[in-house]
Amino acid sequence: MAAISLRNVIKRYGHGAKANQVIHGVSAEVPDGEFVVIVGPSGCGKSTLLRMVAGLEEISAGEIAIGDRVVNDIEPAQRDIAMVFQNYALYPHMTNFDNMAYGLKIQKVPKDEIRRRVDKAAKILELGHLLERKPRELSGGQRQRVAMGRAIVREPRVFLFDEPLSNLDAKLRAQTRLEIQKLHRELRTTSLFVTHDQVEAMTLAQRIIVMNAGVMDQFATPEEVYARPATTFVASFIGSPPMNLLKHAPGVRPGQILGIRPEHLTLDGEGWTVEVEQVELLGAERLIYGRIGEEQIIMRAEEALGAPEVGSTVRMAAQPDKLHWFDAGSGKRV
Amino acid sequence: MVERRPAVTLLSHLVLLLGILIVAFPIYLAFIASTHTRDEIVQVPMPVTPGTQMIENYTAALTGTAETQGSKAAVGRMMWVSLVTALVIAIGKIAISLLSAFAIVYFRFPFKKIVFWMIFVTLMLPVEVRILPTYKVLSDLNMLNTYAGLTIPLIASATATFLFRQFFLSVPDELVEAARIDGAGPMRFFKDILVPLSQTSIAALFVIQFIYGWNQYLWPLLATTTEDMYPVVIGIKRMIASGDAANDWNIIMATAILALLPPALVVVLMQRWFVKGLVDTEK
Repeated sequence: MAAISLRNVIKRYGHGAKANQVIHGVSAEVPDGEFVVIVGPSGCGKSTLLRMVAGLEEISAGEIAIGDRVVNDIEPAQRDIAMVFQNYALYPHMTNFDNMAYGLKIQKVPKDEIRRRVDKAAKILELGHLLERKPRELSGGQRQRVAMGRAIVREPRVFLFDEPLSNLDAKLRAQTRLEIQKLHRELRTTSLFVTHDQVEAMTLAQRIIVMNAGVMDQFATPEEVYARPATTFVASFIGSPPMNLLKHAPGVRPGQILGIRPEHLTLDGEGWTVEVEQVELLGAERLIYGRIGEEQIIMRAEEALGAPEVGSTVRMAAQPDKLHWFDAGSGKRV
Repeated sequence: MVERRPAVTLLSHLVLLLGILIVAFPIYLAFIASTHTRDEIVQVPMPVTPGTQMIENYTAALTGTAETQGSKAAVGRMMWVSLVTALVIAIGKIAISLLSAFAIVYFRFPFKKIVFWMIFVTLMLPVEVRILPTYKVLSDLNMLNTYAGLTIPLIASATATFLFRQFFLSVPDELVEAARIDGAGPMRFFKDILVPLSQTSIAALFVIQFIYGWNQYLWPLLATTTEDMYPVVIGIKRMIASGDAANDWNIIMATAILALLPPALVVVLMQRWFVKGLVDTEK
């Protein structure tokens, strides 16, 4: 097991003036054994970052170290990592056993050792009865477990997950998420997990890296990312519905942005005048969509509070200790 | 949906039967002719039921002991030459095309695009166009009347390279990356993953190229001058004596049937692979 450090990592495609830089200097220290989720919208560079750690993409500038070894010029196979891909990337012509054993065979691990390791992984992942089958005879979830098995048997120092749950249906996704958590508790291997799904990020991560357009906006625990978002991007990306970001509401000075989460709004005679546009019932609570002048605002209210009528006006107030202030120019928290 | 109506079924079966008749009748006639004596065949009308001379005719053809006006070369030997030629051409083509497609798809090297287009352009140059220079080279190298001379000029294949290239392009990148992480070097990846995945394409190509090699006529005609290096296709032609001499049609037909068997056998045996290739859409 090992720590991972990213030191001002830059990725650009092409050369010279035409170069297209997609990652603009990311620095992060992931301590040994931590489970870190890299989250961001598509095209933010999160997968590229992971693939640079894996060695599948060259590092244009900066350094990546696994343990105390800089791996910039080291082949993926020698980096002591294992990767789980979104589309499983299992070898279709091999049995599941061979799929898991292939890397070990290449490393010339003795046969009985391979057997032992694969059996152990199969037991952890409950794949024992499927080892002699081929990947195509398996369901999506089972295939993903084989792909994880292939990663486990290598006994790597770092696990890399590239959106491994995206191809699974919702129920299976939740289940596999729990399995990955369990796995990490048992193996304690440093893990990087890329996803665009904030729920996965919040539930799996010990710490989250939020990426936005090739820049790391925040690297913190899920609680902190939620409670103290570092930028307006993080504020709007994490949380559903997202944080309200108000520029022109009464009480907001020019050059500032006020952030307030929908659940931190109350219906109060003292607050802003809000025109109700739409009300959605989610069961235990309601989402109230409204407008303060030109700006949209969403409030999450308990079901028991009753629904305001669409078209009516209500007064909404923000809990004073739950306000987030951002700089309108940079989007950074102030 | 195609409706199931008895009349339509009957009609389509009739059409199919008719097609089979048209295709199969000449072959049937050839077979009938190969089981009669020479004199029986030339009668009018020609017999349409099997005769009694089958074993005699085929033995005569295979060993070259018939009393005939044309070439008396043993068909057995010619079949052997044809078989070796067709196998070498088919296997050689597949091996070379696999490797060149592998290089074109997975490696970066200077002038890669040009190389690819050069290979592609040769698609437009059939053997006949370059037959004279090829012949010159071969005779200078003393390769006439050798298996090498029969096969090597026919091995390079743009079609097969192109086919494998298309297939390799459809192999997901993640598979390549998974292999890299597993520590498989390029040749290891080629041997352990790419070739097994190409199995069905290889089988299909083998059938096509085997028949292509077996049916070669023009090139062996130039590249061989001695009877012991003639492939069977040429052998048939040489059995038919020119002029008004009476031909031993029974022996010739026996040879034709013999020449037809190996390609037919290859198709029948490999058919399972075709079907598998069609059913198995997974890559």
